[in-house]
Amino acid sequence: MSAAAPPKIRVEGLDAWFGETHAVRDVSLDVRPLSVLAVIGPSGCGKSTFLRCLNRMHELVPGGRATGKVTLDGEDLYARGVDPVSIRRRVGMVFQRPNPFPTMTIADNVSAGLRLNGWKGRLEEIVERCLRQAALWDEVKDRLHSPATSLSGGQQQRLCIARALAVEPEVLLMDEPASALDPIATARVEELMHELKARYTIVVVTHNMQQAARVSDQTAFFYMGELVEVGDTETIFTNPREQRTEDYVTGKFG
Amino acid sequence: MNRSPAAPLPRVSGGAARSAHGPNLGDRAWSGLLGLLGGAVLLIVGVVVLALVHVARPALKAGAGTFVSSSDWDPVSGSFGALPFIYGTVVTSVVAILVAVPISVGLALFLQEMGPRKLRPVVSFGIETLAAIPSVIYGLWGLFVLVPALRDHLEPFLGRTLGFLPVFRGAPIGLGYLAAGLILAVMILPTIASVTTEVLKTVPASLKEGALALGATRWEAIRMAILPYSRAGILGATLLGLGRALGETMAVTMVIGNSPTISPSLFAAGYSLPAVIANEFAEATGDVHTGALAGLALVLFGVSLILNSAARLLVRMVASGPSRAVAS
Amino acid sequence: MRSLLLRRIRNHLMTALCGLGVLLALAPLASLLWLVVSRGLPGLSLSFFTALPTPVGEPGGGVGNAVVGTGMLVSLACLLGLPLGVGAGVFLAERGDGLFGRTVRFTAEVFSGVPSIVVGIVAYGLVVVPMHHFSALAGALALALLMVPTLSRSTEELVRLVPGSLREASLALGVPQWKTSLRIVLRTARGGIVTAALLAVARAAGETAPLLFTTLNNQYWNLRPDQPTASLTVQIFNYAISPYEDWHQKAWSAALVLLLVVGGLNLLARIAMRNSLGSHR
Ligand SMILES: Nc1ncnc2c1ncn2[C@@H]1O[C@H](COP(=O)(O)OP(=O)(O)OP(=O)(O)O)[C@@H](O)[C@H]1O
Ligand SMILES: [Mg+2]
Repeated sequence: MSAAAPPKIRVEGLDAWFGETHAVRDVSLDVRPLSVLAVIGPSGCGKSTFLRCLNRMHELVPGGRATGKVTLDGEDLYARGVDPVSIRRRVGMVFQRPNPFPTMTIADNVSAGLRLNGWKGRLEEIVERCLRQAALWDEVKDRLHSPATSLSGGQQQRLCIARALAVEPEVLLMDEPASALDPIATARVEELMHELKARYTIVVVTHNMQQAARVSDQTAFFYMGELVEVGDTETIFTNPREQRTEDYVTGKFG
Repeated sequence: MNRSPAAPLPRVSGGAARSAHGPNLGDRAWSGLLGLLGGAVLLIVGVVVLALVHVARPALKAGAGTFVSSSDWDPVSGSFGALPFIYGTVVTSVVAILVAVPISVGLALFLQEMGPRKLRPVVSFGIETLAAIPSVIYGLWGLFVLVPALRDHLEPFLGRTLGFLPVFRGAPIGLGYLAAGLILAVMILPTIASVTTEVLKTVPASLKEGALALGATRWEAIRMAILPYSRAGILGATLLGLGRALGETMAVTMVIGNSPTISPSLFAAGYSLPAVIANEFAEATGDVHTGALAGLALVLFGVSLILNSAARLLVRMVASGPSRAVAS
Repeated sequence: MRSLLLRRIRNHLMTALCGLGVLLALAPLASLLWLVVSRGLPGLSLSFFTALPTPVGEPGGGVGNAVVGTGMLVSLACLLGLPLGVGAGVFLAERGDGLFGRTVRFTAEVFSGVPSIVVGIVAYGLVVVPMHHFSALAGALALALLMVPTLSRSTEELVRLVPGSLREASLALGVPQWKTSLRIVLRTARGGIVTAALLAVARAAGETAPLLFTTLNNQYWNLRPDQPTASLTVQIFNYAISPYEDWHQKAWSAALVLLLVVGGLNLLARIAMRNSLGSHR
């Protein structure tokens, strides 16, 4: 991907509030297509909020609102008349805690987004493809019709990734996708991000510096709602411009 | 972009779909439907009030003033003094509260603070069962079990020992205020006990632990820390119970004796507001009689609205106090 | 030291008194259940469920028409009461956080304490007066009106048990809100909603007061909603307050039948609840 390619996502002057809480302050950054952007920062600094602003999930919290400009392939997501539902089909999300639909089987979870959106057609191939993409196929291929809740936490999280992939998003937002997982499951999810990067643009929030360094091409450091610094991951971790960034990535605070 | 050829969802050309009205039609229809369903609750209450007033109107026109001031109830001659019913309702409810509140609060304290944890599910199952039993079955039990027991044992005993009090004088006939009050006590006990238990659960553990750490006995911790904290909630639970007692019909009708008189003795037969409605409404002699009974219902409705509002506000005050988990 | 002893004694005394409260609360329950079963059982036979009531002194007879009548009344009440009650509950859970929602919630709470006999008069005014005669329809309306407030609150509580993360997961897939509500949230809460509905039905089946002057009673079979109809509860009441020994026996037996119906519905409700919780966690 050449540096001259237009950004997949461009954020300009983004502010977000929950009621009186000013959670994101004047953030501007670009996300390159088919890359992984890691968002790091101490707890409560607005990482999740920032992520949610990218597919307008922030609107679902009572009192949640955002101003500024977020464009996806050049289109303003916040423009009047834009349907957030169609944005969320293009910008998928994976949450911190695995949240498979408990009333559905494994296969039905994967195809849920398609079925709920009224898509009619053969689902088996899509289910298999997405489970393969999420590196879960081999573990569940013999019990596709057992309840999703019968899976382990790490498997559930990969199931949620498969579910998000099934609606063919262009961007995948991941909010601490591995924080509820053990080291082995974490390693699988990290591997997965590497593979998914070939087809999707990924923004991932993480508390784990090593993880950010391993999986991302670019890293953004947030502090108290502000974007302190964003740049190539290597630069952020070895030679950051800001003292605060250096302190944080070297573990001096946070 | 190397997207798979079988992209299942046709992507809207030109990117984000635009619709003229912001959120899509389905969402707005759903919100509208839900709003209507919620509004139906308000509508029902409105209809209830209007219908009540409508049925009561002939009597209200004929002068509602005599309603509460006169004690002469004689539908045939057209006098509708409601005092005996109001008196009976108040007396039976007071008896019920006096009996049920200490038992319920004791039960809640024992379950929540003193007794073995293992007891909790068993007792709360019992309490839920009490709450689920239809009131006509309470009436049946009251009529054939409680009334004879009062007549043959409790009332003579009370007369012998406490007969110097006017409330415990008179012939022990079983049917009467005492029987009605006691059966009401059993019936409102589940309400008071379960709400009190909920209230006790909201007391921060640190309060009690603080008192225990100072060397207080368990009972002292309850008195010093838990009861003061939950007083408003227990009052709310009591008011809820009172609301139930005032309006309870069948069991009272079956054991109160149905005599439109006012008597100071708890052993005497009396009458209550719901009981007279139950007994006379179907065979009411004319519009004014029907209207007078509906007027009594209106009184009952008003009082129960006030009691329940006060009770809910009190319980909510406690529940929303310091810590309340935010629901989804 | 003496005061410590006193304090200890008082502690034990109060504990014993509170424990006594448990016994006093449960004693009437035990007595009631025992008597309904022991006195009701001798009168139960197959014909008790299938036969019409007989006049005083005539042996045999049953409460078949009352069982059918209660079934019809409750079914009719469900037609109106369940959709309104569940719907209002879903409203409270999904859109109930604003001022309007809080108003509806408070109204439902307060209204659920209104004496049922009052609602009977309302149904009398709304149905019996215009129709000029008593009918099952009037009683069913009263039962439905009584169902709505309690059912809406219990439905709300149970729908709110669905974790918000499921809603988020669905919305993040680009599923519209209304579909998320119906297909994810309500689907997940289904067991809970069934529980709430069963409890509401059980409560309706046990109501007597609002039926006294709406459905009245009927000595014969009746399946027409516009006619007076027998019901189990009114039948128990009439038998109980009669001066006849053999009717008292029938009152106990009918009470046992009613208790079995109500108990069965409560049991089903518990099973539905357990199943819904069990499959989710
Ligand atoms: N639903 C909400 N309602 C009100 N305030 C909120 C809500 N969600 C987040 N906030 C506030 O917004 C700010 C940013 O929160 P956010 O969840 O974005 O932080 P975060 O960086 O993701 O933290 P963490 O690493 O702990 O997940 C915090 O001050 C938080 O208290
Ligand atoms: Mg977060």
